[in-house]
Amino acid sequence: MNRAGLAALWSFWRRNPLQLFTLVAGLALATALWSGVQALNAEARASYDAAASVLGEGRYDQVVPRAGDGFAQETYVALRRAGWQAGPVLEGRFDAGDTRLRLVGLDPLTAPAGLGPVSSAGDTPLQDFLAEGVIFAHPGIAEALRGAVPDRVVADSGLPPDTAITDIGIAQRLLNRPGEISRLILSDTQPMGRPPLEEIAPDLVLQPSQQSADIAQLTDSFHLNLTAFGLLSFAVGIFIVHGAIGLAFEQRRAMVRTLRTLGLPLRQLVLLMVLELLILALVAGGIGVMLGYLLAASLLPDVAATLEGLYGAQVSGALSLQPSWWLSSLAIALLGTVLAAAGALWQIARMPVLASGKARAWAVASGRLRGLQGAAVAVLLLASALLTALGHGLIAGFAGLACLLIGAALGLPLILEAVLTLAQRRARGVRWQWFWADTRQQLPGLRLALMALLLAMAANVGVSTMVSSFRLTFVGFLDQRLTAELYLGVDSADEAARLQAFAAPRTDAILPLLSVDTRLADQPTQLFGARVGPSYSDNWTFIASDGPVWDRVADGRAVIINEQLARRAGLWPGDSLAITRDVSLPIAGVAGDYGNPKGQAVIGEALFRDLYPSVRATRFGLRTDDPDALRDALVDEFGLDPGQITDQAALKRFSLDVFERTFTVTGALNILTLAVAGFAMLMSLLTLAGMRVPQLAPAWALGITRRELGRLELLRAVILAALTLLVALPLGLALAWMLLAVINVEAFGWRLPMYLFPLDYARLGAFALLAAVLAALWPARRLARTPAAHLLKVFANAN
Amino acid sequence: MLLQITDLRKSYDGPEGRIEVLRGIDLSLEAGRTLALTGESGSGKSTLLHLVGGLDRADAGRIVIDGTDITGLDDAGRAMLRRDTVSIVFQQFNLIPSLDVAANIAFQARLAGKHDADRAHALADALGLTDQLGKYPEDLSGGQQQRVAIARTLAARPRLVLADEPTGNLDEATAAKVLDQMLALVAETGAALMMATHSPNLAARLDARVHLSLGRLA
Repeated sequence: MNRAGLAALWSFWRRNPLQLFTLVAGLALATALWSGVQALNAEARASYDAAASVLGEGRYDQVVPRAGDGFAQETYVALRRAGWQAGPVLEGRFDAGDTRLRLVGLDPLTAPAGLGPVSSAGDTPLQDFLAEGVIFAHPGIAEALRGAVPDRVVADSGLPPDTAITDIGIAQRLLNRPGEISRLILSDTQPMGRPPLEEIAPDLVLQPSQQSADIAQLTDSFHLNLTAFGLLSFAVGIFIVHGAIGLAFEQRRAMVRTLRTLGLPLRQLVLLMVLELLILALVAGGIGVMLGYLLAASLLPDVAATLEGLYGAQVSGALSLQPSWWLSSLAIALLGTVLAAAGALWQIARMPVLASGKARAWAVASGRLRGLQGAAVAVLLLASALLTALGHGLIAGFAGLACLLIGAALGLPLILEAVLTLAQRRARGVRWQWFWADTRQQLPGLRLALMALLLAMAANVGVSTMVSSFRLTFVGFLDQRLTAELYLGVDSADEAARLQAFAAPRTDAILPLLSVDTRLADQPTQLFGARVGPSYSDNWTFIASDGPVWDRVADGRAVIINEQLARRAGLWPGDSLAITRDVSLPIAGVAGDYGNPKGQAVIGEALFRDLYPSVRATRFGLRTDDPDALRDALVDEFGLDPGQITDQAALKRFSLDVFERTFTVTGALNILTLAVAGFAMLMSLLTLAGMRVPQLAPAWALGITRRELGRLELLRAVILAALTLLVALPLGLALAWMLLAVINVEAFGWRLPMYLFPLDYARLGAFALLAAVLAALWPARRLARTPAAHLLKVFANAN
Repeated sequence: MLLQITDLRKSYDGPEGRIEVLRGIDLSLEAGRTLALTGESGSGKSTLLHLVGGLDRADAGRIVIDGTDITGLDDAGRAMLRRDTVSIVFQQFNLIPSLDVAANIAFQARLAGKHDADRAHALADALGLTDQLGKYPEDLSGGQQQRVAIARTLAARPRLVLADEPTGNLDEATAAKVLDQMLALVAETGAALMMATHSPNLAARLDARVHLSLGRLA
């Protein structure tokens, strides 16, 4: 019985391959976009986890130098003798041929338990690590390293990407830094009564674990943004699936009735339909997982570059296929199918056996729901407004965004219905009256595709407005901040002093880049000491300020903070900020700081040197009218390596490159979402074209030619797409505003000004209309070529 | 007695209040016999067939088929009845449009687990459908579609065949031919037949005839 029932159900898809293709393709695309994004997130998180578990990043308290990137091994020995339980780490960049990698040296005997390589080789005991000079390397760099070092290299997939780990002695030799240590990792348990750090090593500072670079936390908002986009794409795909399933079930009402009259029990029938859908979902989900893998693999290099540029997070550029990822992707495909089919299955389950077998008039069915839909739209838009106005946190922001988008999507058919009714009333001539009435009749069948198109276009308008506004602001910000013509770094404080003496007569100004990582207002913050001058006072603009900002900062009477710190700590001009236990300063200004996840504060150079006398600047910005001559002098006369000097243009280029790559992924997902919506439109029109014959036959019989009917079909698609575009534009701008003013503030801590880009919107509109024409062309052509015999059949069947 | 109906009642809610469609029907039918059910439109013929076929529930009364009172059966029980014991031929044919003729003929027998390929072929042959087996319902004329529906019904070897205006959609000549074939095959299988029809001519060809008027047997 089950086989016969399933065969009958399946025969529908066999006879309607286009609908089967729509269903499978819609679900595959939805799964691909969702699983692709999830693969990117999973790969990045796996890299963070590897860094945390193998290198202890963010897990343990650490002791780091106040300035510079290393200190003498003797200091470590002194600390050990004083009772400090610490493991030394030396870290540096190592060039293995063309491959630049991160080499980390550990002392396996003193490092906290659990740190170090978890070799997948499994046959390399600790003794080898200690005695025989083994280097564990991420598989991606192991081969390059083997060719560059005499030591034995073992590939270990548990390591973070581009990272090699070895005994500290080997690291000191390979990095050419004998007797040097970068930092100390402290064990969780320390003996009571040990002398304070300042006493033994005044040049070192304690960095609590929560203050360390917790990459996973910093990048959470980036991944949440990706997830939100993946979810939007998935929702657009599910719209297609919902439409395809709804239509198929509607067309199978007669079959369902027949099956039941022939003795197939209702419960069995519903179970068979569920089974049929699950099989389709597994097939489509499998295709979607493969497409998602390809999508993620192609986008991963850009994501990795973004994460490294924005957060310094190392993410593998190669994708690994995790079982949990493809299993969860298949699960989401199944869940999406169940969601999309639930309504249709519920209707079948409640359908009396003697119900009409004819597909219900879609217009009538939707008319009954219109009131309910209007109420849902009102509730969702109200919820969006409340969440935006009163909600806190990223989740509330995204919930507000979701309510806005779903509310607008549900409201679209109501708006279109109202516009078409008006057009019908105003139409002159019977032909146009028929056209508008017929378009209204088409609306219920096309509404899901139009809703998907609305979401895709609104997302496009919103995201492109956000990205373009961000780009404009960011370029302006770089011009403000990167005022020095040359930036350079030296290796030691002595060299820095010689450099300043050398450069002073050759430059207009020397800007030392003095900074320490600290905690202000309970937020991890980078504190800068600025040599106040025109480079700062002429260029920096403030979001909020109080009095002559730079004069007060130069005198050590005030502090400037960035927007991130201001918003997180709730501090604004006039409030006081404790810089150290003894020094508190009023806030004179809050400056925008784009592309930086952390808090920043700026005080005058003199005060900074008082508070942190041991911190010496080793990086400088130099102001000059002739950067080329200064660069030549620094290289030829002072003896600086050219690699230590960066000019302003290169720095800007690098920053903009990071920016552009950041939004490459967003742009790609944006285009894919629009493509999916275009596909939904095409499939809906194609499917409906097959059902249109009975509606068009009377018009044909009354004197409208088939060619004209085809042309009107094309016009109908363009009009509906244009009306949808008119709704998408304000919705997209509202979306952009929420992204800039709500989501960005919650995710990154800064608010961006919003700019409008009419030319971009016009281009999008043209693309959308072109897509609608292309989508309607084939179905319209089919209608225009419908044989007269098919049209006549309509009348034959009516008798 | 294959079919025994006692004091059967059924009413529906209509726009002008409750409508009593069947007002106490008593009738019986022996195995192998044929019975015509005549009456005007709205007299309750289809409702009576739907109740006997387990497609609807009676308000009161009893329908006993082959010793089983079907009025107390749940949905699954009535589905089993339609699969194994009773089979219905509709005026609208109710073929499955996505299955070809051969699959449609075999379908109910497969559902009931009684599929016999030789019998299905023999029925197709007897009904002149051998050349149409690979076609789909939309490619057939009304008469051919009804013959497929009859073949499907008889392939499942039901004890009781119910037919609701089976030739109502066919012209007179085709109707007569289809009815001839149906009666011959029903007789051959030994099933009982209860057929609703408007036509006195068709009714006259069956063993017995009852007339329904305003929900009662006249």
